[in-house]
Amino acid sequence: MKCYQSVFSSIIATTLAIVTVITLATAFPSYAATPEQQGLAISKEAKSRDLGWQDSTANMLMKLRNRQGQESIREIKIKNLEVADDGDKGLTIFNKPRDVKGTAFLSFSHSVGADDQWLYLPALKRVKRISSRNKSGPFMGSEFSFEDLSSFEIPKYTYKYLGDDKINGLDSFMVEQIPVDKNSGYTRRIVWLDKSEYRIQKIDFYDRKNSLLKTLNYSDYKQFLAKYWRPMTMNMVNHQNGKSTALVWSNYKFRVGLKDKDFNRNSLKRAH
Amino acid sequence: MKKIVLLITSLILPQALTNTAYSAEFELSGKVAIESRYFFQQAQSSEQSGQSNVSVFAEPELYWSWNDDSDTVLFKPYLRADQNDAQRSHGDIRELIWTHVGDDWELRTGINKVYWGVTEFQHLVDVINQIDSVEDIDGEDKLGQQMINLSLVRDWGIVDILVMPGFRERTFAGKHGRLRSNLVVNTNKAEYEASAGQQHVDYALRWANSIGDFDIGTSWFHGTNRDPLFKLGVKNINAPPQYTNLELTPYYELMDQVSLDVQATLGDWLWKVEALYRNTNTLNYWASQAGFEYTRVGVFNSVVDVGYLIEYGWDSRGQNFTVINQNDLFFGSRIALNDMQSTEILAGVGVDLDHNAQSFIIETSRRLGDSYKLSLDMRLFSSNNINDVLTQLRQDDHLQITLEKYF
Repeated sequence: MKCYQSVFSSIIATTLAIVTVITLATAFPSYAATPEQQGLAISKEAKSRDLGWQDSTANMLMKLRNRQGQESIREIKIKNLEVADDGDKGLTIFNKPRDVKGTAFLSFSHSVGADDQWLYLPALKRVKRISSRNKSGPFMGSEFSFEDLSSFEIPKYTYKYLGDDKINGLDSFMVEQIPVDKNSGYTRRIVWLDKSEYRIQKIDFYDRKNSLLKTLNYSDYKQFLAKYWRPMTMNMVNHQNGKSTALVWSNYKFRVGLKDKDFNRNSLKRAH
Repeated sequence: MKKIVLLITSLILPQALTNTAYSAEFELSGKVAIESRYFFQQAQSSEQSGQSNVSVFAEPELYWSWNDDSDTVLFKPYLRADQNDAQRSHGDIRELIWTHVGDDWELRTGINKVYWGVTEFQHLVDVINQIDSVEDIDGEDKLGQQMINLSLVRDWGIVDILVMPGFRERTFAGKHGRLRSNLVVNTNKAEYEASAGQQHVDYALRWANSIGDFDIGTSWFHGTNRDPLFKLGVKNINAPPQYTNLELTPYYELMDQVSLDVQATLGDWLWKVEALYRNTNTLNYWASQAGFEYTRVGVFNSVVDVGYLIEYGWDSRGQNFTVINQNDLFFGSRIALNDMQSTEILAGVGVDLDHNAQSFIIETSRRLGDSYKLSLDMRLFSSNNINDVLTQLRQDDHLQITLEKYF
């Protein structure tokens, strides 16, 4: 908190200079005068650079590690469909651990309001609509919460530009994002985006008491369709409980032809 | 393996071979398990087994897909060997289903399992598959059902048309088994109202849709009632007519049923209702199960979720009929630790408001390592009213430990 305050005051001191530089460097709207407007503009730019990918599939390996260093693996397949002017549709299929194999999770995320979520339990062949209030809960016992894995939408946060930083050797913006939804597990997140490609490099998560809870580092970015950047590794460290979760992505495919019909009760039941 | 896959797929769908994009995938998974039950009291009948019982079971799952996943075959056989109960030692084909996915339709042909409904303590409207009641008394284990199921996906919902040639009889604990009625059910003497007996063809139709916060389903079923009536009979017609010579024989009537199931998902609250109207030759009746599930996430600043469930079951046949949930209230709590081992605890109490009868269940489970799961379940029954079905189980309180190995 202290550290953040000092960073913040130094930002204020140099705001004018930075604004000028950024405006030139990144084609900011010229009216981006306040840190709030700048933060919003940076986030909009990041979002707009990631529009038009249509649909994608990927495999995700989740490595959970506790304080003692014991590891547990989750193997997951993810299908996503881009929805214009709203949150994306997603189908998450579990392969490991074996006792949850075939369990699948369907979500229609919305930029405003609660998401719609269904869970498929293969043992009973039952599809169950579940409450999407549980944003802050851990996903599969990992250090990622449901909200950490949902799609980024502009109306989900309010923004504030905090200044510049160099991270992973890249000149970056620091933007504070304050969740609009009161059910979020966070008071705020601080996001580092590199200036050249607007890719997230790092996120600091602050819990409901505003103390630093987790840090997420993004690495091994790969570009797809000569436009869309995806990190192949995401490493989340929980500073309060000493646990960590690494996500390793592979087999990313874009524009495979997924449609609305691939995201309904029937497709949930046959997910494999 | 590829050769076998080719052979099987060519038998099922010859045109698959002419498709240039043809490539088949095969996957084997499943589980094997050992289960041990300890009963707190002696059984009501001396024929029944003692206070402990061991059982092993296996459920492999074989999966093939081809045509870019437009065609899949799932084969899931099941086998249980029980220490004491010859009726509980049994095998079944849970699923052997070929699914072909079209643009806005799906055709499922073979043996399949279908789940309908929203409530937790009773699965009232879930009538497609017969209950495999020797597995457990909660009615959640089902026998595979032969069917042709056409599923149509429309903007206004999903319509399922089911044609079911052939009927599956309910399983019942045998002479030496526990968790049974005082009189043994002799499944070899089952009778049917339909002249075609087990070969009668059943039909069902269902529409389901999600509209805003509401998930709504409505169904119609015509065919053999999965719930049998029981006739009192004698084991041996030449033996003296004493109690030990009596047995029950199942009688399966035909039925028409319409049902509705609705869940409203409103924030932390899930409101649920299931209702049915069933018409059989002997009587017509209404039944309903309704209640809510409320979940508090992250209690006491932890990652633990605690859910509270209350449901009420009502049946117009009332207390003079052998219905378990005619005027019953259920309370439950579900605790998820959200830890690496997915530890979960579910506890529930059922109270019969007409009779002095209660049942208590606790189900806990935890993953061990990456491929084992340990479950500890307890069931207690209390009843002193001869009119209550639960009275039959009052000696069968038990603890059950199950270790499952997944592969």
